[in-house]
Amino acid sequence: MDELILKLKKEVIEQLNLEETTPDDINPDSPLFGEGLGLDSIDALELIVLLEKNYGIKIEDPKDGKKIFFSIRTMAEYITEHKK
Amino acid sequence: MADAMQPSYTRKIKMGQIITSYSHLHDNKVIVNGRIIFYQENILKFADFVKTVFKQEQFIYPRFYKMDAISKLGFLATELVLKEKTIEGYLPEAMGIVLSNSSASLDTDIAHNETIKDRSSYFPSPSVFVYTLPNIAIGEVCIKNKIKGENAFLISEAFDGKLLFDYVNELFKSKRVEACLCGWVEVMANNCNAMVALVENTGAALDGRSSGFEPMLFNEENLNLIMTRN
Repeated sequence: MDELILKLKKEVIEQLNLEETTPDDINPDSPLFGEGLGLDSIDALELIVLLEKNYGIKIEDPKDGKKIFFSIRTMAEYITEHKK
Repeated sequence: MADAMQPSYTRKIKMGQIITSYSHLHDNKVIVNGRIIFYQENILKFADFVKTVFKQEQFIYPRFYKMDAISKLGFLATELVLKEKTIEGYLPEAMGIVLSNSSASLDTDIAHNETIKDRSSYFPSPSVFVYTLPNIAIGEVCIKNKIKGENAFLISEAFDGKLLFDYVNELFKSKRVEACLCGWVEVMANNCNAMVALVENTGAALDGRSSGFEPMLFNEENLNLIMTRN
């Protein structure tokens, strides 16, 4: 899990152009949106693309997004459960 | 006969509009109000050029890194202008912005096409797609500086000082703006050329202006002069 969390942090930084952020700056349990990394709605769409492109996981119900993308850890758990 | 390369200064006019601050970014060089504030001889990639200038000027705005090329360039050109001359005294609705270029958002359109051209790997990027209009660059400037007045993005084959002057002049004449940012923001591949000028009414503009820069009369000739001056 720790390996996947680090990989995800790097992918999120690259995909969302978080230029001034390093993996160490991201607490895997902190919220990604709002107070956390301050991501916006376009970033949310970008994370959906990331899951599909890098892990082959398609989110069928958009309502699940809030739970899946709460933090890096929730993303990692979802990937572990659903990776094809 | 007046020297065509000499700008018309404000002392020649009583009323009207003047350029109170301007920036010009091109060929790895940044000029603000006639001063070269950045120049790097070695050819830089566009991304490196704007990032280096952004850091040199100590701008703090994480959203900058998420912007497309034209927005980054427009943002930098505008911030450099407003660093010299504040617009804080204007109501958001009284502040306009009119930019222009020749390629519209083609540079970003091509980047978007890269993400969709292969049907077996079809992953359009939302963050690229949202920039596939040139006036998004205006939006970024407006968000940063709380500008809510008239805005337009004009397309012309080459820099057209007359078009820009006529459009902005009309905004002043019809009292739709009290101040206006205007200019040219062109990016294609690694080539860029941006000029942004702040235009204000004569009376208001003379308060709190940056030292060392003699405001120029706002007209077609001076817009062309700024664009050709190195």
